[in-house]
Amino acid sequence: MGEVSRFWRESVHRYRLVAHKCGNCMKVYFPPRDVCPICHRESIGKMSEEQLSGKGEIESFSVVHDVPSPFTRQRPYILAIIKLDEGPSITAQIVDCDPGEVEIGKRVSTVFRKIAQQGESGIIEYGYKFVLD
Amino acid sequence: MVTVLSDAYIIGAGETKFGELWEKSLRELAVEAGLRAVENAGIYSRDVEVLYGSNSLAGIINGQENIGALLSDFSGIAENHIPAIRIEASTASGGAAVRQAYLAVKSGEYDLVMVGGVEKMTDVYGSETLDLTSSVLDREWEAFFGGTPAALAAITARKYMADFKVDKEALAMISVNDHLNASKNPNAHYRNKITVEQAMNSTPVAEPLNLMDCSPITDGAAAILVASENYIKKNRLEGVRILSSADAQDYLAVHSRKSIYGLDSAKIASQKALSKAGMKIGDVSFVELHDSYSIYGLLELEDLGFAEKGKAKDLVYNEIKLDGRIPVNPSGGLKAKGNPFGATGVGQFVEAYMQLNGKAGERQVKGAKNAMLHSMGGTGSMSVVHMVGDA
Ligand SMILES: [Zn+2]
Repeated sequence: MGEVSRFWRESVHRYRLVAHKCGNCMKVYFPPRDVCPICHRESIGKMSEEQLSGKGEIESFSVVHDVPSPFTRQRPYILAIIKLDEGPSITAQIVDCDPGEVEIGKRVSTVFRKIAQQGESGIIEYGYKFVLD
Repeated sequence: MVTVLSDAYIIGAGETKFGELWEKSLRELAVEAGLRAVENAGIYSRDVEVLYGSNSLAGIINGQENIGALLSDFSGIAENHIPAIRIEASTASGGAAVRQAYLAVKSGEYDLVMVGGVEKMTDVYGSETLDLTSSVLDREWEAFFGGTPAALAAITARKYMADFKVDKEALAMISVNDHLNASKNPNAHYRNKITVEQAMNSTPVAEPLNLMDCSPITDGAAAILVASENYIKKNRLEGVRILSSADAQDYLAVHSRKSIYGLDSAKIASQKALSKAGMKIGDVSFVELHDSYSIYGLLELEDLGFAEKGKAKDLVYNEIKLDGRIPVNPSGGLKAKGNPFGATGVGQFVEAYMQLNGKAGERQVKGAKNAMLHSMGGTGSMSVVHMVGDA
């Protein structure tokens, strides 16, 4: 299903947390966007790369028990929506802690980790996860 | 130039039983529902001028694309050479396909349109199914990191429950109501009644959501025939009028939206549909809403307009019952009638057609004049709302 090229294509943004910033309204977008949904055509050609700090706070989370096939070895895992300090919210796992320690509003930072494995001998994908500060 | 816009009427409806139908294939299900609709309408299939097929996942679950051709071929109308087109809008495919039929009739282009929705979900199993159904999310930025439809609904639920002091019991009541209504629907996937305790103590799927907060993996098909005023007069038929149709989109991923518990697509589509029908929310006799997860039942009650934000909990104990102020999901809803993605939204029209003709048996909503039907894509990226019946 074209997985290798699909995952390779997004790797810069996933490995280094590179966002896009609208040169018109200065809003930061992650995942990156080529058009700002506020400024529309005024933003075309004005979206520039912006390095994120990888710091933010937990907006909400779930302990996921029913997991898709690439994640069977991580069951259960904590999935959260995290509001980054630069503005955008993203979906990612929180690791290296007990589910009981996770709370809405707690501060978190990114770490670089293995995300999932496609099948027993399939490709391994890497990207960001978060740990509690 | 004088433009004559035709009203659109549902003149027949049919569906298969919803459930884990191991012995039936994608095409068999679709044909069964289509034939029932034709039989129910008492028309000839040669009158059908266009077919809209609603389906979400046949490409990745069944390895079958080109669904329009498949449906027209095995419905026996290949030699009629009428257009047959698949409408894909994730879990809102059903509502989106009916809207195409509505527009096609309303524009005057066609007098008789068939809409057939089908999903054959049990051809894959367990964790693989979950990987495939997660394609209704943003694959690269939600599912890639472990996002599933249930996990995203659960994240929404936790924040909503915290901000508005809503307990799990209020969520469970959505599922209890669905199961109670489904116990009176012979076509429902699950016909067992459940207690609030059973719902709250069921297996955790994605905390705080349990198994009984989640719609099941269902096979099924549903079909309706939409006709112009001309067609029903010429053939002396009766129909249920489609009063209005509206749809609205939102960001694909939950993390991009203004609020993680605000379903803006539902809010906008509902306001548009009501206004086009010249109706107020208080005029709605009953609603079929897209509660793929119990939390969405609460959020939709609010965003469709039946309650203020955070206040749906006040409706779930009594008002949403069959004899309540605003009956919710007389069919059994997505939790208990079932959620065969492409068929789900079309199935809502089958229910409304029966209800508004007074033929819903034990689950009949007494005195129902009209219905609001809400079909939602993914976690809220799209909503289609129709008003049917009499304003
Ligand atoms: Zn901008």
